[in-house]
Amino acid sequence: MAVIYQKSAYLNDVKRHYCPGCSHGIAHKIVGEVLEEMGLLEKTIMVAPVGCSGLLYDYSNTDGIHALHGRAPAVATGVKAVHPDKIVYAYQGDGDLISIGTGETVSAAARGENITVIFANNSIFGMTGGQMAGTTLVGEKTSTCRDGRNPQVDGYPVGVCEMLAPLQGAKYIARASLHDVPHILKAKQMIRTAFEYQLNNRGYSLVELLCACPTNLKMSPTDACRWVGEEMTKTFPLGVFKEE
Amino acid sequence: MKQLMKGNEAMAEAAVMAGCRYYFGYPITPQNEVPEYMSWRLPQVGGVYKQAESELASVNMLFGAGAAGGRAMTSSSGLGISLMQEGISHICACEVPAVILNVARGGPAIGSIQPGQADYYQMTRGGGTGDYHMIVYTPGNLQEACDLIQLAFDKADQYRNAVAVYVDGCIGQLMESVEIQPRTPDPKYQDKPWAATGWDGKSRPKARFTSVFMDAAKCEAHNDHLQEKYRIIRETETRLQCVDTEDADIVLVAYGTTARICTSAKRMAEKAGIRVGIVRPITVWPFPYRQVQEACAHAKAVLCVEMSAGQMLDDVKIALNGTKPSYLYYRLGGMMPAAKDICREIVRLNEEVR
Ligand SMILES: Cc1ncc(C[n+]2csc(CCOP(=O)(O)OP(=O)(O)O)c2C)c(N)n1
Ligand code: SF4
Ligand SMILES: [Mg+2]
Repeated sequence: MAVIYQKSAYLNDVKRHYCPGCSHGIAHKIVGEVLEEMGLLEKTIMVAPVGCSGLLYDYSNTDGIHALHGRAPAVATGVKAVHPDKIVYAYQGDGDLISIGTGETVSAAARGENITVIFANNSIFGMTGGQMAGTTLVGEKTSTCRDGRNPQVDGYPVGVCEMLAPLQGAKYIARASLHDVPHILKAKQMIRTAFEYQLNNRGYSLVELLCACPTNLKMSPTDACRWVGEEMTKTFPLGVFKEE
Repeated sequence: MKQLMKGNEAMAEAAVMAGCRYYFGYPITPQNEVPEYMSWRLPQVGGVYKQAESELASVNMLFGAGAAGGRAMTSSSGLGISLMQEGISHICACEVPAVILNVARGGPAIGSIQPGQADYYQMTRGGGTGDYHMIVYTPGNLQEACDLIQLAFDKADQYRNAVAVYVDGCIGQLMESVEIQPRTPDPKYQDKPWAATGWDGKSRPKARFTSVFMDAAKCEAHNDHLQEKYRIIRETETRLQCVDTEDADIVLVAYGTTARICTSAKRMAEKAGIRVGIVRPITVWPFPYRQVQEACAHAKAVLCVEMSAGQMLDDVKIALNGTKPSYLYYRLGGMMPAAKDICREIVRLNEEVR
């Protein structure tokens, strides 16, 4: 029987703990497909975050290092210093990357570290039960802003791509969404470009992926995806912010 | 060949000569000469220097480099070491080799930039979470500091753990004559099949570093494994130096530059006819409890001298376990004890316990 579709060799058979409709699984899948298609699996060293995707090192067939909350870019910097010829990438959630880890993120980009960051932005702290994150939309309800994020009290969400793109060390900065198949295919293309940047020693690359967390949005998976496509993209417009 | 060198630069060179190739750090007085030296020296030997944006970042870069199989170090002073605590417990939990140099100043918090020893709790008890330890060397002079920095890299590899060298700012700042020999990394530990280098799926198990255990029973088993390692370290890695303790009436316990000052105080007190011994712990974790008790067996009283308000005294009391009276003399905030003041304390104590 001919195999017409199978999961990438990047992913193993360990049982995932993700909720139904969670985008983390899709993100891992396309990252894995890109690495496999580019023939990079054996030279990849992955840095996992603290957050729902924190067990990624157990799901992937690559060497994996678990960073403390927010410190993945610093860990990746250390790994890359030792192995400049390997592909080093960090996978980070929004709490990880833009709440507790802003300093490491901005500094790694500013230094132009030749690493790739895959940024899973689901607008919320998924793992700890749905608190407000640095990327929570104005008006979005979370367990620490029950009436919706109020800028007077809670301030505004941060556009990570908009913030990083002006930095000279940041070379490829793009935002995609995982809410439907055409967008997933576009995201995959951007991830490929990001790894090509690293392969060609061009400097810091980051792809932000708008993700659904149906559990904490308290929506069905379908509604959560619709919300990502219709609402999240208003605050976080899709596209390539820098390609240099 | 002996050379006259500034402490911080000599310690940095000693690390390079022991094969250190990766350094991550953030400036803080009194250790700035370490990153400054590394920034030009490491590229000469094919290494990498990174100026981190904070000590939070430097300790996590150190973790990444160690996990990737590199011989790596960071250095800082108390405040910066405070920011590293979460990272140090993660390094120990993940079993990654790492070397950390603390050139200590007066505390608490920003304190002063003069020499201090008030990071004793921080270094020996740590501020990170959970039951972890790092080996902590407390050299008494620059030569010993250079030798122990070199040893620290081998011990970090041997135990896959953080190893610290903890000196007061005096050792970092003073110029002394030192001999720095190249030290070949111990070949027993240079094969690192556990390191993250990229995985081909067959020639070794996948490299995996984490301190997370979703299952409490597995977390306990991991802890038991670490505790077994710490037990072996406690049994085999304690170091100390004892001088004239066999027939001493008063035994001084001190480390680092304070121990050096105690040597002068001992000489002064001996002129007054008092028999004085000195115990100098060279590891403060593991603390040489048994050896300290033995060294004090003949003493009438034990005087702990430190640049902290009785932090090491806790360990001395554990060592003595009520067998001897113990006393404390200290200076704080970057002020160093003077030999004549220690001597006066010895004389007073000698009267008291006669
Ligand atoms: C130092 C520290 N502070 C807080 C936490 C608790 N914590 C775990 S995950 C998390 C938020 C993760 O959110 P995000 O990065 O958005 O990932 P998600 O779960 O949404 O994928 C927090 C606050 C921690 N593990 N460490
Ligand atoms: S809580 Fe949200 S982010 Fe976490 S696994 Fe569930 S859906 Fe995914
Ligand atoms: Mg999140």
